[in-house]
Amino acid sequence: MDLAFSDDDLAFREEVRSFIAEKLPADIAESVRQGRPVDKPDIQRWQRILFNQGWAAPGWPVEYGGTGWDATRRYIFDEVMAEFDTPETVPFGLLMVGPLIYTFGTEAQKERFLPKILTGEEWWCQGYSEPGSGSDLASLQTKAVLDGDHYVVNGTKTWNSMAHLADWTFTLVRTSNEGKQQEGISFLLIDMETPGIDPQPIIAIDGAHHFNMTYYTDVRVPVENRIGEENKGWTYAKYLLGHERQSISEVGASKQRLRRLKQIAGEERSDGESLMDDKSFANKVADVEVKLTSHEYLNLRFLAEEAAGRPIGAEVSLLKIRGTEIRQELTELTIEALGYYAAPFEMEQLSDGWNEPSIGPDYAAAQMPQYLFSRAATIYGGSNEIQRNIIAKMVLGL
Amino acid sequence: MDFSLSEEQQLLKDSVQRFVRDEYELESRRKLVASDIGYSEDNWAKMAELGWLALPLPEEYGGIGGGAVETMVLMEEFGRGLVVEPYMSSIVIGGGFLMAGGSKEQKTELLPKLAAGEMKLAFAYAERQSRFDLNDVECKAEKNGDGYSLSGHKGVVFHAATADKIIVSARTSGGSRDADGITLFLIDNNSAGLSRRDYPTVDGLRASELEMDGVAGTPLGEVGGGAALMEEVVGQAIAAICAEAVGCMDVLQETTNEYLKTRVQFGVPLSKFQVLQHRMVDMFMECEQARSMCYMVNLKIGDEDATERAKAVSAAKVQIGNSGRYVGQQSVQLHGGMGMTDELHVGHYFKRLTMIDTMFGNKDHHLKRYADL
Amino acid sequence: MDMQFRDEDLAFQAEVRQFIAENLPADLREKVRRGLHLDKEDFVFWQKKLNERGWFAPHWPVQLGGVEWSPTQHYLFQNEQVEGYCPPVIPFGVRMVAPVIFTFGSDEQKQRFLPDILDSTAWWCQGYSEPGSGSDLASLQTKAVRDGDDYIVNGTKTWTTLAQFADWIFCLVRTSGEGKPQEGISFLLIDMKSPGIEVTPIITIDGSHEVNSVFFTDVRVPAENLIGVENEGWTYAKFLLLFERSNSLTGGLKQQLHRLRTIADQECTNGAPLSSDPAFAAQLADYEVQLRTYEFLELRTLGNSNPGAEASYLKIIGTDLQQLASELTLRAVGYYGNPYIRDALVHGYNQPSVGPDYAAPAAPQYFNYRKTAIYAGSNEIQRNILSKAVLGM
Ligand SMILES: Cc1cc2nc3c(=O)[nH]c(=O)nc-3n(C[C@H](O)[C@H](O)[C@H](O)COP(=O)(O)OP(=O)(O)OC[C@H]3O[C@@H](n4cnc5c(N)ncnc54)[C@H](O)[C@@H]3O)c2cc1C
Ligand SMILES: Cc1cc2nc3c(=O)[nH]c(=O)nc-3n(C[C@H](O)[C@H](O)[C@H](O)COP(=O)(O)OP(=O)(O)OC[C@H]3O[C@@H](n4cnc5c(N)ncnc54)[C@H](O)[C@@H]3O)c2cc1C
Repeated sequence: MDLAFSDDDLAFREEVRSFIAEKLPADIAESVRQGRPVDKPDIQRWQRILFNQGWAAPGWPVEYGGTGWDATRRYIFDEVMAEFDTPETVPFGLLMVGPLIYTFGTEAQKERFLPKILTGEEWWCQGYSEPGSGSDLASLQTKAVLDGDHYVVNGTKTWNSMAHLADWTFTLVRTSNEGKQQEGISFLLIDMETPGIDPQPIIAIDGAHHFNMTYYTDVRVPVENRIGEENKGWTYAKYLLGHERQSISEVGASKQRLRRLKQIAGEERSDGESLMDDKSFANKVADVEVKLTSHEYLNLRFLAEEAAGRPIGAEVSLLKIRGTEIRQELTELTIEALGYYAAPFEMEQLSDGWNEPSIGPDYAAAQMPQYLFSRAATIYGGSNEIQRNIIAKMVLGL
Repeated sequence: MDFSLSEEQQLLKDSVQRFVRDEYELESRRKLVASDIGYSEDNWAKMAELGWLALPLPEEYGGIGGGAVETMVLMEEFGRGLVVEPYMSSIVIGGGFLMAGGSKEQKTELLPKLAAGEMKLAFAYAERQSRFDLNDVECKAEKNGDGYSLSGHKGVVFHAATADKIIVSARTSGGSRDADGITLFLIDNNSAGLSRRDYPTVDGLRASELEMDGVAGTPLGEVGGGAALMEEVVGQAIAAICAEAVGCMDVLQETTNEYLKTRVQFGVPLSKFQVLQHRMVDMFMECEQARSMCYMVNLKIGDEDATERAKAVSAAKVQIGNSGRYVGQQSVQLHGGMGMTDELHVGHYFKRLTMIDTMFGNKDHHLKRYADL
Repeated sequence: MDMQFRDEDLAFQAEVRQFIAENLPADLREKVRRGLHLDKEDFVFWQKKLNERGWFAPHWPVQLGGVEWSPTQHYLFQNEQVEGYCPPVIPFGVRMVAPVIFTFGSDEQKQRFLPDILDSTAWWCQGYSEPGSGSDLASLQTKAVRDGDDYIVNGTKTWTTLAQFADWIFCLVRTSGEGKPQEGISFLLIDMKSPGIEVTPIITIDGSHEVNSVFFTDVRVPAENLIGVENEGWTYAKFLLLFERSNSLTGGLKQQLHRLRTIADQECTNGAPLSSDPAFAAQLADYEVQLRTYEFLELRTLGNSNPGAEASYLKIIGTDLQQLASELTLRAVGYYGNPYIRDALVHGYNQPSVGPDYAAPAAPQYFNYRKTAIYAGSNEIQRNILSKAVLGM
């Protein structure tokens, strides 16, 4: 047992540090620091910088343009990314459909899709959920009927994050009604430009346009855009959900949030002193910091297992549960730290190019939306209740 | 980065497991707890024979030279067995002080005896007013010819009755809560001027109140430098007790899980009720977090950076306190009436976990310390 | 809406206080205050005192020995008792079986049992739970078979509180295996001196002897001891459970808080009282706010004719608070929660205490109070009841 990093790893850490220090655009860092949403062109700009360095996809194998780093290096990389105000990775391409394509896709699919995910040129969104199928995803009803060398897709997907910005969507569709529900589902990649696709905005609790209801009317999708076999889509989706859960541990992002919380609490006043000097507030911060530390070490234990070639089972759901709970605690404490200035709510303040003086301290405006939107974290990616069901069944055998 | 055990560590784990299985049936433990001294000298001799007493002690003094991880492996299994022998007091803490602060002569004289099971130690630090602050010391040590003479009261000294020597914190200078001016002393248990009141503790151990009136003591470590020494050794003790707690929690989690699968009410096993499933998942999650923090603190306890070390210690203690509380309370709750009985082992683990939170400062204390660091 | 107690309520409160001041001996008060073990005589002594004043069974019908009090007066009375450190009334007779007897019993049964309950000559215990039937009480298996004028009872009851002192036990027994499990249960009153009854202690995790197993082997019970109609026992039991759950807990909680405050004032941290430590003070304040909420919740529900749902959430919240107070108390005493000297909890122990004298009961009480979320319908079961009965789930 040891925690020590090798000299090589330490040198690597310095390399990443100096790279980011040098290359992270100041305007992007400032948006992240203030908790403002980072726009698509900015994310693409940053992704391009990483791509040019060969670091676009830390988790991918080298042959597909990944780094081939071991678990330790990936951890170090994430850690350093979090030390700086780097934007969060948009997961749909890099963390979700990318790995799925290189694992289950055809050569042609790999060639067609992977490079543009790496460069950030093409954006993806996830089309799983439907109005009637949320936690019970397998009950989905969006139909795909084979017609020559095309599937004709009809139905409604919902909660599609970033569908309004996406070039492509990966979807689960029903191709058969026979057997168990899970056995009639296929996995399709669909060009968002195809006629018949209509994403309509859903405004979220924080007032922003994050996700969409997407209607499919006679949408023609070439058969070659199916991943793997027909009616085996559920298997691929399950594989991907595992991936999603691990990336959802959010250790790095939560470290960023904790740092921001401390900065804010350091500047806020209470009783004539800094709020961080208020014993009971300081205790609350310490309490979530302790939770974050144990969460981080749990994550490290899983990484080490993985690195040693022992695949992790359903325990990985623990990371999703804890990671999202911690995120929510952090955003909630941040609101608490702001006092009255959590209340002013002017969406425009969050957009690029807002150059009026801020209402209250400049860090305030973004926090309430962050808090509100963080409520989603325990719902998406398989709600935390569903994660508990999974652990109860798969790990505890209940 | 690596969280797996080496082959030797795995062997150690196996052998402690075997010992616990053979010697620590709940009934045997119950007898030990009720016995005169509260544990078994035979077990102690066996531990000496198996090299466990020598485990963390340096090789040049008859030890094996194990590190924090070895102690962790052992303590976790002791936790699983609710072992009552004074390993913590005597070896982890007593040995820890000798190693960290003992003079060459003290080490040469005492460490081999400790390793061989020929001598036991205890550590007296708490006072009525001190609560969890190790540096809140009112016991006085006055220079007396070549040596020192100690006076004052020490409370809840674990395993004092069976110790040959007791390590006592006392003030040689400074005000009652100053970090400076505390010195550690070795006193003999049969010293003139020492009176002891021995009693059992609620979790099945033994402890004593000490009243010192001019007891002769020999300094252990630098005069006036006791605070730093205590911080170091108590940090190690906390790392070790975290492992014990993890062992306790795992047993409770496993037992409760099994119980829910077998206990039938309303025509189905209790494990079919979703609230109970989710409660079990939360218990499991607490266990895993506690284990993570236990690894963390044991891997960081040797860190050169004192603040890093202190943060690791306090963070782990907070986590262990929270997790132990949740797992303990819920294990009782999910066992229903059975969880309330002295007969079942569940309550005994729960009590031990509850008192582990108190040891060396409870979660409130360590949360505050962490926030202040 | 009106939050004030009326003048006559306040006068009544003063009267109760005065009664307690005049009748509760100082040493008995002290035992209760310190949380020491009480003997049977202690309970009986106080119950008799209350009875002399006509206050032992206030919720009974007046003609049987009750008092015509308003819900507020009942409430004040209970809380004054607790805040005055009176020994608690043992509920099994006066609060549990008696209402069943005077509601469903025959005239002979009323005459035979109620007077002994009133003057505390008969001590009752509750024989519901069995090893295989806890939360799922209706599955109980203790059998009663009719044999001439008697029932013959065989089976095992468990967790029977204070059965070691009991003269009588009221039992749920199975008289029929047909239909739904609830439909074959009868309610029997059984003399604990009947041949074939054996009581064995169960020691709980705090080391005390509160509960027992009660074994029945061919115990003959006269059929006249059946309450109401054979196979209708479940109806009576449900009626009784409501009483069991609708005890006011506010007084006890205030007492716990009071004890905790006293301790926190005397414990020391960093050279100052623990109660002035910001973190501990915040926890105390938080607790007190919760207690106030609970108190007003209880007051709001006073006098409601259908206490079903309220009884469930009051039980959940109240017992959570009992547990929390006991936990804070244990934390407050620091290292002195460790020493465990059984005899120190018994009155008349005359060694000096180890550490402060308030410390000894802290850990045992914390451990003992884990029971409150388990008994009288566990808090999980209460939540099931609420989600079904109130939320319609
Ligand atoms: C911000 C956000 C972004 C999203 N992005 C996408 C996206 O890009 N693509 C996409 O396909 N989907 C997306 N989703 C959808 C998400 O996956 C679903 O919201 C999720 O699966 C839950 O489904 P539901 O909303 O229908 O809730 P329901 O399934 O109706 O659940 C409601 C509540 O009941 C609980 N529950 C349900 N079943 C059980 C059970 N068996 N046991 C215990 N509790 C249960 C749930 O935990 C939840 O608390 C997003 C959601 C949000 C909030
Ligand atoms: C100190 C003490 C005194 C007592 N005194 C008496 C007495 O005087 N007379 C008497 O008859 N009984 C008495 N009892 C027994 C008490 O009523 C039972 O313990 C209680 O009904 C729970 O039953 P059980 O212990 O068998 O637990 P179980 O029913 O086995 O329950 C175990 C756990 O599972 C949970 N659970 C069970 N079913 C469900 C469900 N459907 N959904 C969710 N969770 C569930 C429970 O809440 C509990 O946490 C006493 C108990 C105690 C601890």
